Amino acid sequence: METDFTTSRLTGWGRTSPSSARTAEVSRGDVAAFIKDSNRRGVLMRGLGRSYGDAAQNAGGVVLTLKGSAQEAILNVEAGTLTAGAGVSLHDLLKVIVPRGFFVPVTPGTRFVTVGGAVASDIHGKNHHVEGSFGNHVRRLTLMLADGTIHEIGPEQNPSLFWATVGGMGLTGIILDVTFSLIPIETSLCTVNTIRCRNIDELIEEMSHGDDDYRYSVAWADLLSTGSRLGRSVLWRGDHTKLAELSSKDAAQALRYEPRHLASVPPVVPSFGFVNKISSALFNELWFRKEPRRKEGGHKSMPSYFHPLDAIGSWNRLYGAGGFLQYQFALPFGREDELRQIIEKVVISKTASPLVVLKRFGDSNPAPLSFPMPGWTLTVDIPARAEGLGSLLHSIDEMVMQSGGRHYLAKDAHTTPLAIARGYPRLEEWKQLQRLVDPDRRWQSDLARRLELI
Amino acid sequence: MENAVGEAQNILVLGGRSEIGLAIARELLTPSTQRVTLACRQPGESREVEASLARNGLSVESVSFDAADTASHAEFVNNVVASCGDLDVVILAFGVLGSQEQCDDDSQSAVKIAHTNYTGAVSIAMEVAHRFRQQGHGRLIILSSVAGERTRKANYVYGSTKAGLDAFAQGLSDAMVGTGASVMIVRPGFVHSAMTTGMKAAPFSTTPDVVAKLTVKGLRAGKRIVWTPGILRWVFMVMRHLPVAIWRRMPMG
Repeated sequence: METDFTTSRLTGWGRTSPSSARTAEVSRGDVAAFIKDSNRRGVLMRGLGRSYGDAAQNAGGVVLTLKGSAQEAILNVEAGTLTAGAGVSLHDLLKVIVPRGFFVPVTPGTRFVTVGGAVASDIHGKNHHVEGSFGNHVRRLTLMLADGTIHEIGPEQNPSLFWATVGGMGLTGIILDVTFSLIPIETSLCTVNTIRCRNIDELIEEMSHGDDDYRYSVAWADLLSTGSRLGRSVLWRGDHTKLAELSSKDAAQALRYEPRHLASVPPVVPSFGFVNKISSALFNELWFRKEPRRKEGGHKSMPSYFHPLDAIGSWNRLYGAGGFLQYQFALPFGREDELRQIIEKVVISKTASPLVVLKRFGDSNPAPLSFPMPGWTLTVDIPARAEGLGSLLHSIDEMVMQSGGRHYLAKDAHTTPLAIARGYPRLEEWKQLQRLVDPDRRWQSDLARRLELI
Repeated sequence: MENAVGEAQNILVLGGRSEIGLAIARELLTPSTQRVTLACRQPGESREVEASLARNGLSVESVSFDAADTASHAEFVNNVVASCGDLDVVILAFGVLGSQEQCDDDSQSAVKIAHTNYTGAVSIAMEVAHRFRQQGHGRLIILSSVAGERTRKANYVYGSTKAGLDAFAQGLSDAMVGTGASVMIVRPGFVHSAMTTGMKAAPFSTTPDVVAKLTVKGLRAGKRIVWTPGILRWVFMVMRHLPVAIWRRMPMG
């Protein structure tokens, strides 16, 4: 068959470090032909490009996008599982499964990610402290290896290759479809308790003792305020609303699911962007004050609870031509002092945008490159052209390494091979298996080159 | 690979003895940088320079490179890539100033300068660009000079090579759009360095460190052309249009 490529300049969601690759959108049956047509720069799959850094780029090589439709997904109502093509987005799946009484087992802050990307990044969400990351819920998946052969693998079937693929950043093979378990729901609403915390200490205290009573928990923090207000924050915790909680009128359409699209940021934004010290400080003040000191049992729709930013298309353009980074790391429990020191460092630098999130993680899973570890994870968005950003992040990298922490590969756009080797003590074990299944280095990415993953 | 804040892992300096080239390489050094390769005619003589760049986690190496030997350039780039991997930033910094008087007496001196500064630079830049297209990323910094903006009688052979190189670099820069790679042109004024020792400094003279700072700042901001110091852009906007009779009589040559 004819393999038809387009040359495209690709970046991640942060719109930094562009590189060029030969791209094509392919259907499942054609993948083998397209990977044969690659050169020494290799092949990589790309989903919706929501990784912030260079994880879904392959400079000089081939980058493929897998076609897929949520209509073809198979929902097994009895078992509560779903089998979907790797190229299908959670957005499309939710529109099919929510009205039928199911929710995805794990969702990140955006529903515009593909199922394949969810496995390859082993994504986590607000329920990690009780239910783990996406890989924990995968029953089996089909993987095409570098030689074109297709294998069905899972936690019981070839577990070492399965766990190397979970969090493996697409470097073990091409994920074709995935079967994973779902969360049964009675309504499409969430019951949310809100608590405002005056500073980071109050927040850590609150999360340490109350999180386990809730399925979902996440905090937004202000990293521009100083002194006794350092890390003032809003903590939202909740679960899916039970049918019995609704009035009979609302119960009639309990599973209605209509995510709204408010607006899109146009392609042309002034090159300096709209995110700066003043706009961020103003946003933080309003955001903090709009929340009640303590509120129990408010109802929120799923899109507004799980994916508030998805209502605004291409919001990454707000950062202007320079783009931005999302710096995310995890520190183990017992390193709360170091967490506070890092927060102080970010606050002093005055670089953080309003999107700062703190989450308390639960247990890790068996995947060598899975990011979540028992402890804390902090996520900070920063404009990439912020003065002195490079050295700030290197010094935080150092603190993360010293504290036994690690960086999230799906977000990373800056760190070094050393920090990754230190943060993932099982990297060598993963590399050995990767080499075994891909001796000719068919699978490559900019992230893998930069961080020496392969 | 270059990271999101423009920190390079792998740097190649063409003209590994050039003070400006080295100053730019030094300015580019971050904890992300893993390798600096200095390409020069006599790699054995760069020990001191290598030592001045050395730090933990960084490998500095000198390799043999002759700008005038254009036939060797393709193999040279292949060898560097084979041992270092993808080239993130390449600094094209070699060039000879020569002596205008010597050129006036011996046309071969002029040919030599033209061959190294222009032909040699075009040759290696084409090879680097070829590699950049293959690897889908990379940044080439080409050291031009304000001497090429309008040639003057005191150094018109040198000036003309820079004029030619500058025009070439502009075309190459446009040609690279869409390849994932880019070309940036740096136009320094009079720079105090070994190359200009003993010469009378022109107005708005500068130092290799200042050139390096502005170059790296421009690189990270995605600039196509950087003047160092920046005011020269406006100075030469005027100079370019001075009547010949005045230009010829200007005190700096």
